[in-house]
Amino acid sequence: MSAKNPYANVVSLSEEDFSAARVLFRHDKLIANYAWDSGIAIGYFLAGLKAGQILGSYCAKCRKTVVPPRIVCEWCFRPMQRFVKLSDSGTVNTFSICYVTWDVRRISEPEIPAVIEIDGASEGNGILHKLGEIDPQEVHIGMRVQAVWKPPEERCGSITDILYFRKV
Amino acid sequence: MEKEVAIVGIGWEGFQPTTSHYSYKEMIYQAAQRAYHDANVDPRKDIQSFVSVAEDFIEGTSIFDEYTPDQLGAALKPMHTITGDGLHGIITAYLMIRSGLCQIAAVEAHSKASNVRTLPQITHYALDPILNRPLEYHPEFIAGLEMNRFLHESQLTSEECALIVQKNRRNALNNPSAPYGCDFHLDEIQQSEPISYPLLESHSSQTADGAIVIVLAHHSIAKSLPKEPIWVIGVGWCNDAYALEYREWGHLPYVTQAAMMAYRQAQIRNPASIIDFAEVDDLYAYRELMSLSALNLIPKTQLGEAIYGGKIYPEGDMPVNLSGGSLGMGNLLDANGCARLIEAVLQLRGEAGKRQLPSPHIGLVQSWRGIPTTSTAVLILANS
Repeated sequence: MSAKNPYANVVSLSEEDFSAARVLFRHDKLIANYAWDSGIAIGYFLAGLKAGQILGSYCAKCRKTVVPPRIVCEWCFRPMQRFVKLSDSGTVNTFSICYVTWDVRRISEPEIPAVIEIDGASEGNGILHKLGEIDPQEVHIGMRVQAVWKPPEERCGSITDILYFRKV
Repeated sequence: MEKEVAIVGIGWEGFQPTTSHYSYKEMIYQAAQRAYHDANVDPRKDIQSFVSVAEDFIEGTSIFDEYTPDQLGAALKPMHTITGDGLHGIITAYLMIRSGLCQIAAVEAHSKASNVRTLPQITHYALDPILNRPLEYHPEFIAGLEMNRFLHESQLTSEECALIVQKNRRNALNNPSAPYGCDFHLDEIQQSEPISYPLLESHSSQTADGAIVIVLAHHSIAKSLPKEPIWVIGVGWCNDAYALEYREWGHLPYVTQAAMMAYRQAQIRNPASIIDFAEVDDLYAYRELMSLSALNLIPKTQLGEAIYGGKIYPEGDMPVNLSGGSLGMGNLLDANGCARLIEAVLQLRGEAGKRQLPSPHIGLVQSWRGIPTTSTAVLILANS
């Protein structure tokens, strides 16, 4: 077997190779716009957020309360007909500390996504949100947190009507 | 004739131009409930495998298969999503049952076309990015090219296409699930705006929302379920070259190949004499005529006669798209094939209401994934 490096004579492309059109390519961009119907369950959930409430739904067969709410229980496939008002506090189930934003920018002050088990929902049921007003080093699984809401006049029925959750 | 796998349950939600009251998940749940009730099966206990069809680009969500199990009762059960028409999903479930992987399977297809604000652009991205997209045509130019060549070769005219629009939209008036039923005069159809010569706006189907769930079962179980089993006796599928430059624009060889595959399995030598009715692709009116020819149901030279002689009308020898087709029920994107299939099942069960044929025994269903694809599937169905 030859030990010759097959890449020995390869020259890397430079940005200029593209700008000077020494490399042929075609650039395209995406025009993809959507407007998703929120439907019954998530529609209630978003209306609840606008009113400063977190809503879940209750399955009478499994005796489970899930959040965000839904109209069918995924475990027993029975309809979930009762929407229930939950607390806006909870417990950190898991978290991460992100040093890169969603559009790949490095940041010095990290973001802290977390799954928060909402008080009043069944064990293991929670929403994905952010933690704030906290030193990342202090965050831990099992930490008690509470929602920090936007002022009522700024809420629009969105998951971002909750600014973040802070340590209680 | 093989009677190994049957359709034992059907359910649907819709169809409507918009469905702002339901999320796509809730729409699918409504369809699933009805299908499981129809089949008298419990998805959590009885159904062993699930298939959904979806195109990420249309859904607006990457890796869409993550979003399909819960509303079908498929959480933590064998499930996968394929990028294809609903009939490809049906064939996948059929093959799983035939191979012994499962005995009962469910297939889901849906459209939330109203949520896609830039559907023409999404369709545009199906074209070759280097050779075709830079020309920047509205994607329906492909239908214009195809229709023009087909009319040239068949000696048919725009008027025959208008008669297909008239037939299917009148048929839709007898289908409570069809949102585009209308008793058009021919001149009203022909006075509509041109899209891409010779294609007129009225010759194109309009999008609709809806969800469909179909339950299939092995013969050992199908016979014990409450509804009459509708047997899948032949399946076929095929794609042609994707390149617009290499196509045979005047006819559909991939539809012929798929049909021949299905006919061989169903042991059908002369389909025109044995098939009682057909539900075929009519996303554009001319496509119904092209499909009938490619399926060997009506020779290309006799298509005009089949229209003017009434053969493909509800009272004719070969009724086509009694449901209203996509022109009457709407373009349901990848759920189009399953919408045609529902009509075939209803006809073979004797449950088609005002549009019921007297005692049909064998029906054909064919679907196409729309421009610019050459993706098609064919099913042959029979009752007991």
